[in-house]
Amino acid sequence: MSTKSPPRKSPWSWRSRAFRGLIYQVAAMAVIGLAAWFLWSNTLTNMRVRGIQSGFDFLSQPAGFSIGESLYAFDSAESYLRAFGVGLTNTLRVAIAGIVLATILGTLIGIGRFSRNGLVRGLCSAYVECFRNIPVLLQLLVWYLVLTEVFPAIQDAWKLGPFFLSKGGLNFPAPVWAPGEAWLGAGLLAGLALAWFWRRWARRQFDLTGRARSMFWMPLALVLAAALAGWLAGGASTVLDYPVKGEFAVENGGALTPEFLALLLGLTMYTAGFIAEVVRSGIASVPAGQGEAAAALGLDRRMEIRLILLPQALRVIIPPLTNQFLNLTKNSSLAVAIGYPDIVSIANTAMNQTGRAVECIAILMSVYLTLSLLTSAGMNWYNARVAIKER
Amino acid sequence: MDGTGTSAAGFRPVPARPAPRSTEGAWPWMRANLFGSWQTTAGTVVLGALMLWLLPRLVDWALLRAVWTPDLAACKAMEGVGACWGVVAEKYRVIIFGRYPFEEQWRPLVATVLMVAILVASCTRPFWKRWLVLLWAGVLVAFFVLMYGNVLGLSKVETDRWGGLPLTILLSSLSIVLAFPIALLVALGRRSDLPAIRAFCTIYVELIRGVPLISVLFMASFMFPLFMPPGLTIDVLIRVLVGITLFAAAYLAEVIRGGLQAVPKGQVEAAATLGLSYWQTQRKIVLPQALAMVVPSIVNSFISIFKDTSLVSIVSLYDLTGALDLAINADANWKPFKLQGYFFIALIYFLFCFAMSRYSQWVERQLNAGRRR
Amino acid sequence: MTEPIISFDKVNKWYGNSFHVLRDIDLKVARGEKIVICGPSGSGKSTLIRCINRLEEHQEGRLVVDGVELTDDVKAIDEVRKKVGMVFQQFNLFPHLTVLDNLTLSPMWVGKLPRKEAVEKAMQQLERVRIADQANKYPLQLSGGQQQRVAIARALCLTPKIMLFDEPTSALDPEMIKEVLDVMIELASQGITMLCVTHEMGFAKAVADCVIFMDEGQIVESAPPHDFFNHPQSERSRDFLSKILGH
Repeated sequence: MSTKSPPRKSPWSWRSRAFRGLIYQVAAMAVIGLAAWFLWSNTLTNMRVRGIQSGFDFLSQPAGFSIGESLYAFDSAESYLRAFGVGLTNTLRVAIAGIVLATILGTLIGIGRFSRNGLVRGLCSAYVECFRNIPVLLQLLVWYLVLTEVFPAIQDAWKLGPFFLSKGGLNFPAPVWAPGEAWLGAGLLAGLALAWFWRRWARRQFDLTGRARSMFWMPLALVLAAALAGWLAGGASTVLDYPVKGEFAVENGGALTPEFLALLLGLTMYTAGFIAEVVRSGIASVPAGQGEAAAALGLDRRMEIRLILLPQALRVIIPPLTNQFLNLTKNSSLAVAIGYPDIVSIANTAMNQTGRAVECIAILMSVYLTLSLLTSAGMNWYNARVAIKER
Repeated sequence: MDGTGTSAAGFRPVPARPAPRSTEGAWPWMRANLFGSWQTTAGTVVLGALMLWLLPRLVDWALLRAVWTPDLAACKAMEGVGACWGVVAEKYRVIIFGRYPFEEQWRPLVATVLMVAILVASCTRPFWKRWLVLLWAGVLVAFFVLMYGNVLGLSKVETDRWGGLPLTILLSSLSIVLAFPIALLVALGRRSDLPAIRAFCTIYVELIRGVPLISVLFMASFMFPLFMPPGLTIDVLIRVLVGITLFAAAYLAEVIRGGLQAVPKGQVEAAATLGLSYWQTQRKIVLPQALAMVVPSIVNSFISIFKDTSLVSIVSLYDLTGALDLAINADANWKPFKLQGYFFIALIYFLFCFAMSRYSQWVERQLNAGRRR
Repeated sequence: MTEPIISFDKVNKWYGNSFHVLRDIDLKVARGEKIVICGPSGSGKSTLIRCINRLEEHQEGRLVVDGVELTDDVKAIDEVRKKVGMVFQQFNLFPHLTVLDNLTLSPMWVGKLPRKEAVEKAMQQLERVRIADQANKYPLQLSGGQQQRVAIARALCLTPKIMLFDEPTSALDPEMIKEVLDVMIELASQGITMLCVTHEMGFAKAVADCVIFMDEGQIVESAPPHDFFNHPQSERSRDFLSKILGH
């Protein structure tokens, strides 16, 4: 029986799936395009009517406002662009500090929910329920109120050793950068290199002889010892800039403003609750049989945790953990409610002064979007690398 | 061979008896969980001592020596020693209802009760019928009629006077209800074979999820008026509602997409062999299964949105958080006791969110029970 | 008479306050003996063998394994676990490690062997279960039968005196059961003491020295396979056999 070729189909008929798909997409794009054009033309008209300028040229103009705290010098004659830069560094400052503290606190609480002590388990659960069910903005406002109302005025600041606590914030002795400090840095780097070599040697020794050596405490001791040696070599300078209570303010030393402290505390305690949940579900996701198999093989609890539980739990914990880091960074935008000059605050001020709402919001969104996309990309790379290989 | 007799003649059934050393009950629990090992005992002692020192002081401040009546003099006298809940007694109407006219406050009260009632009802089985949609529509109409007035002999109350708890509940419920169809379409769009639609939906979701809610609210507040034809002004409430809805839709779309991915491919294939079209397949086969699986996540999204409505206080809408500032900031007499006001609204938020999270856990248990054989 | 390698003496166990899961268990297992334990679900079979390596604790009675009495003493438990190998129903292989790493884990970290010796030992065991070519694969890349054979090899790396099998073929597809049973039969011929909870009666007939029937926490009957299958003495044993051998 001779084979027949399939009947020719016209690619343009409505019955072709590809054609239908094309029509749908063209229709959808047309609708969206029309809507976008509508909004755009309205915007142009409105801006013309209200006399609002457009364009990013305002960024080079002098800002005309000063900023409460910044990592580098800024005064009102500097450009808007520099102001945005200050806002970005302020956001990153509180976000990075918050991420570190929240991770430590959240991990401890998450592990605490598996404690053998019923009291510890109960307190950890209570912490998580309490801090997760109250809006973060409210928590920030409460912390800010506590820090500004409960703390005494600057004149009566509480003194704890060299630290001052008052409505003006926390003042601490700051190290003064002396030339000898470079030796400290060199010592630190040398210590890290030594630690790396030690771990390599220890791993090789384990393979050869079966004797396991310290993989954490010894390298840590090496780093600290080398840093100490570097510090001594640099002249052992202990010069610190001590804060001194002046008439109206505490002078010298380093300072953390109450806004920064309130934001840091609020974000840390809130996010730690979520991180605790992530850690807890990661640990719980490792099947009980893994622990039984480890026990049947004679591994003690420490080895079981290190070799079996932790690697598997971390794979489940890391993706939602990075999500929480992103949430913390996005929540830092609430700084505008308590007067901390993060990038949202700066954008708000710039918007009000120049009227360039579209441009400022666009800058704002691009900054956060970049941070999110970078973190997602990093997380995807990590996931691909450690994925448990299946069929 | 083993020691037991090989024949059943030697087999005598042993009746069950209770364990010699009780492992259930209060005392054994304490023995195992509080004093199990020396580390546990040490922890119990330290924590116990801490709590024994802290709790009586807390109870003393918060309950025993607190001032419950709106008596300013008494509050000032007990400052630092007892909590001043009088600030709540004095200001609760402004905190809960915002700037709504005093005499008409029964209207937001009824409206809120109706809204909470239908939210609770939607969670229980007897209400999972088709007419629930109609009921929702009815309640929403009633809500707006009560709040806005201008009909049925009720006086008109502009939206900028709405505030407090009714506003919080309105914003969170309405935004989730409106976001749901948008999220459905976007989730389906993200999984579509048509590249243009898939790209558009992906960009939308990733854009919104990458930026903080405050920037979306700024966009809604400052940019939406520019998008409208000249001369047409839209209410601040509507602008904010649109902003929150767009925000919620992006997160809900991800949740629904997770559910869609979990439906086995075989379901779609079976539907295709039965001759169902794309939309029929989605409506009758895929979505019912997908949505059932992600109900706990949807409830969690609702909890998040409920907490996020507190941000509208930054764009000058007086929800529960904003109303507190309104109530107390202007009044120099009661200002020293603002902290107690914060605790009060924290308690309200906590009760709502805690109840919702418990419900979400209950739903999850129900779903898992159905799946376990 | 030589000392039994495992000795249960009036062992009782409860779950909670009221569920009496093991009732007055008296059992002596001689060195090199192969025992198959069967019975309805919930009868305490798994619990019995899990007591032997202290994955479960008994509340009353005396349990001695190779001269070491099992109590709360951690050192005793560790000693016993080095001599007892266990194969689980769900395999419980470590998915983040290769097959070879799964096997060398315990010899290196518990036995303190150098890597080279541990790898040699591991490859020997993999040869024994005929899966040496998969040494560098990950567990989830293998079929169920292959995974269970790897699990058996992993338990054998400790050179145990006693091997415990907790329903090793219950989670496998039918076509893979044979390859695992073949390995177990070969193992049985090499003189190791084996206790196996299973429903595979063909295996019991081929290999077991003694079949133990358990019901409601008690050992109802124990007899050589020929006697147990052809002349069951107890009513309950007859009932059980009719159910599992009927189809």
